[in-house]
Amino acid sequence: MNQNLYNRRLWKNRIGIALSMTAMALGLFVLLWILSVLFINGIKAIDWNMFTQSTPAPGSEGGGLANAIVGSLMMVGLATLVSTPVGILAGVYLAEFGDRSRIAEITRFMTDIMLSAPSIVLGLFIYAILVYQVKHFSGWAGSLALSLIAIPVVLRTTENMLRLVPGNLREAAYALGAPQWKVSIMVTLRAAKAGVVTGVLLALARISGETAPLLFTALNNQFFSLDMNKPMSNLPVVIFQFAMSPYDNWVRLAWGGALLITVTVLILNILARVFFREKISH
Amino acid sequence: MNSPSADSGMRDQKRLATVRKQRIQDFLFHKLTLSFSLIVLVALIGILVSLAMVSWPAFKKFGIEFLWRVEWDIINEEFGAAIAIFGTLASATIAILIAVPLSFGIALFLTETCPLWLRRPLGTAIELLAAVPSIIYGMFGLFVFAPLFAEYGQPALQSTLGQMPIIAPLFGGAMNGIGILAAGLILAFMILPFIAAVMRDVFEIVPPILRESAYGVGCTTWEVVRHIVLPYTQQGVIGGIMLGLGRALGETMAVTFVIGNSQRLSASLFSPGSSIASTLANEFGEAADFHLATLFALGLLLFVITFVVLAFAKLLIIRTERAKGLKT
Repeated sequence: MNQNLYNRRLWKNRIGIALSMTAMALGLFVLLWILSVLFINGIKAIDWNMFTQSTPAPGSEGGGLANAIVGSLMMVGLATLVSTPVGILAGVYLAEFGDRSRIAEITRFMTDIMLSAPSIVLGLFIYAILVYQVKHFSGWAGSLALSLIAIPVVLRTTENMLRLVPGNLREAAYALGAPQWKVSIMVTLRAAKAGVVTGVLLALARISGETAPLLFTALNNQFFSLDMNKPMSNLPVVIFQFAMSPYDNWVRLAWGGALLITVTVLILNILARVFFREKISH
Repeated sequence: MNSPSADSGMRDQKRLATVRKQRIQDFLFHKLTLSFSLIVLVALIGILVSLAMVSWPAFKKFGIEFLWRVEWDIINEEFGAAIAIFGTLASATIAILIAVPLSFGIALFLTETCPLWLRRPLGTAIELLAAVPSIIYGMFGLFVFAPLFAEYGQPALQSTLGQMPIIAPLFGGAMNGIGILAAGLILAFMILPFIAAVMRDVFEIVPPILRESAYGVGCTTWEVVRHIVLPYTQQGVIGGIMLGLGRALGETMAVTFVIGNSQRLSASLFSPGSSIASTLANEFGEAADFHLATLFALGLLLFVITFVVLAFAKLLIIRTERAKGLKT
């Protein structure tokens, strides 16, 4: 009788553990599957032309992704330049002044929601306030949409990292008579540097792969263009349009672009983790 | 010749000036950082207001009925949100049904049974699954998953679940790999890492003493998780699930590739449908005037739905962490 109960519990446990291992294996399998498919199809598309030629016209042979790569770099770069200082200073507010203020509490909550809010809605927002008003798509609009996605990421990581800085570091600086802004910028932010860099890298990784908001803001441009005031080509939208197209060379380029983006995003993520680990070990 | 007292008076004044200067600097610094942190709030309110303004004509014409009208006729300008809402909810529900048990398994494995040296690499691998851009999931779904699903997955489902009473119609119809079910499956693997990460984090805040006492009286690992860890972290776990749900509802690219993009309502999960986000991504390029207003109305609906879901999720997670004194 007792042995029976014992056996039943034992088997229940074994089945539970086995199922959880299966779930883990399935997760890993899907990751490896996606990455291997991406590499097998993407490698075939990557050659010198992909980086030197612009996207091909419908039906024409060859072509590359040069305009899309440059467009993506410009928009993501500008968005990073804008969102880094804004996100960091906003994070400083929440960490240093945010304990007593109701506004800070609300901001923190809303930031967490914005972190997971559908990016497509942010695209609609920028469309409504910018593209709709000036009547044309533009690289500026794309960049702005990406900044809005990046700011919450930088903000939240900065705040969390600043909170890890020991309070006595701050107090020591105050005791020397330093004003608050000097303490924040030259002491706490410096102490949390690695963590803040992590946040910026994560934001960079996040916006590098964003597609939906760019559809409504930067759209696409078949030609090479450095003018941020015009529709601007970018990798995600090109991948979207080319992957769904009937032309073989377009689909091939889409795989190449997909590989390029994924490798970039994964490298950024791993870099962020390395920075973060350094921070923890010091 | 200055007397010592006048000299110190001068120094006091200098000091006072410095203090005053620093006060002003601090004041400005405070206001500057405050205004930057308010950007998020302003954006949020801006989203609501601007979306409501652009979509106003659509709501004016159809009223609240817009929500349940089963119609999407671009030429005659007859629109209703029901098809897109159904597609959004159906694909997200499928994703949650599949992703929750899987993420629970992963979180259980990572916190209870995984050898210590493997924890970090395996945890990172799952987090990388979250880092893969959604458009990659879409391409993978369209080119790799859908053909396999049409050839093996769907026939298998039809010959098993499709034979059961009541749910049989869900698995009927043509089997071409894409459709609401395929979208749900791809979404499941997209949101899995988010849910698993939250579950793992809240599992880890269970005090070791509780866990060890349970092991001490002879509980198996399964029993510890089922009767100690899960009840202790209940709210956080639900919060994690809601977070995943919020992601699934608003996901655009992965869904657009595999859902089939048809504006028709069908009982079968095999048939193509459309979600709010996929409708936006597909039709925005050609939309003008009134059609555009209805698309914005859909966007507003999506934002409101996800906002409510995410706010609820966040509240639950905060409560769990605060109750355990680990609020960061």
